Amino acid sequence: MLNYFQRLGVTSLSVLERLGRASIFLCKIIRYTPGVLLRVRLLAAQIYSVGVLSFSIIIISGLFIGMVLALQGYYTLSDFGAEEALGVVVAASLVRELGPVVAALLFAGRAGSALTAEIGLMKATEQLSGMEMMAVDPMARIVTPRFLAGFISMPLLASVFSAVGVLGGYFIGVGLLGIDEGSFWSQMQAKVDFHQDIMNGLIKSVLFGWVVTWIAVFEGYDAIPTSEGVSRATTRTVVNSAFAILLLDFILTALMFGGV
Amino acid sequence: MHISRTVEVIVGFFVAIGFIALFFLSMQVSNLGSLNSDGGYEVTARFENIGSLKVRSPVTVAGVKVGRVSEIEFDSETFEAFVTMKIDGRFDQFPLDSSASILTAGLLGEQYIGLDPGGDDELLVNQSELEITQSALLLEKIIGQFLFSQNSDE
Repeated sequence: MLNYFQRLGVTSLSVLERLGRASIFLCKIIRYTPGVLLRVRLLAAQIYSVGVLSFSIIIISGLFIGMVLALQGYYTLSDFGAEEALGVVVAASLVRELGPVVAALLFAGRAGSALTAEIGLMKATEQLSGMEMMAVDPMARIVTPRFLAGFISMPLLASVFSAVGVLGGYFIGVGLLGIDEGSFWSQMQAKVDFHQDIMNGLIKSVLFGWVVTWIAVFEGYDAIPTSEGVSRATTRTVVNSAFAILLLDFILTALMFGGV
Repeated sequence: MHISRTVEVIVGFFVAIGFIALFFLSMQVSNLGSLNSDGGYEVTARFENIGSLKVRSPVTVAGVKVGRVSEIEFDSETFEAFVTMKIDGRFDQFPLDSSASILTAGLLGEQYIGLDPGGDDELLVNQSELEITQSALLLEKIIGQFLFSQNSDE
């Protein structure tokens, strides 16, 4: 019996310890941020590999999610004779929830795992120690640019996701299902509020980008430097990111829209 | 050097597309494009019953949207609803004795305030109160009255 409690204690202590190390890690990243911001070239290369390469999956998923939302929303709304509200359904659900959340989940799978694997392999092949030998701080040269690139890319990707999704809903709603184009847009504009919906969605995506890249670079840097350790770290990145995104989304939604 | 330049150009395009998407969401999807929050003025009205009127419900004249409901309070002395409306600055030619009524868009649609212009020479200004108001029609009451009048006919 006592053994179970001991195991529980060991597990929770190690979780706390990892959390503490991750927080110190984050503080270090923030300390190196101004230096990296001055070296734009370093950042551009990372935004390319983190953001631009995730672009195609974001556009395709956004388009299809918007189209599916339009089809499903039409099915329900036509029962009430309120087909014109389809624009509101598509836009509000995309901008408030699906845009930031699904974009962040895809981002964790596409970019987060790549970040972890890259940094983990660098550690396993002792490139990071090599850099330290040459008096180049890997935190400043490797970790911080990647973190900032993810932090910058994620809100942009989420915005693209929502915008493409709305266009997908428009193609299906107006093009295929024959909803009046004017009422599709005007009802959307009447119901979707800039501060309440667009801004809160943007805040969500900024926070998700921060959490996902934080988890990704930390898992990579903290990985056990073997091939098995790197593969485990990559898996942990995706799983922990997904948990963190969904939990954070629930908290943020409750705070932002709970009272309405 | 050459590769790095290509990467930078692509990153530039990426950031630009991201901001275009955000701009599209702000102007085309949300109400930011149609909302002129500055230059408007506020008028108030008291209603016995506002039905399901909400903050941000539209205010219309002759079916044209001229503003929004900005605040709804309860007056605990007169037991009336005290509604503040924000009228767009472009529409500043309404007579002071205009009346406000709460209407419903369609049978089950959302409720909004319709203003009927009066004939006064003085115009509505900031913080002026609309004296003539008509409450929301409650479907239950109408049905009740209808049934009652049916019974009394027999």
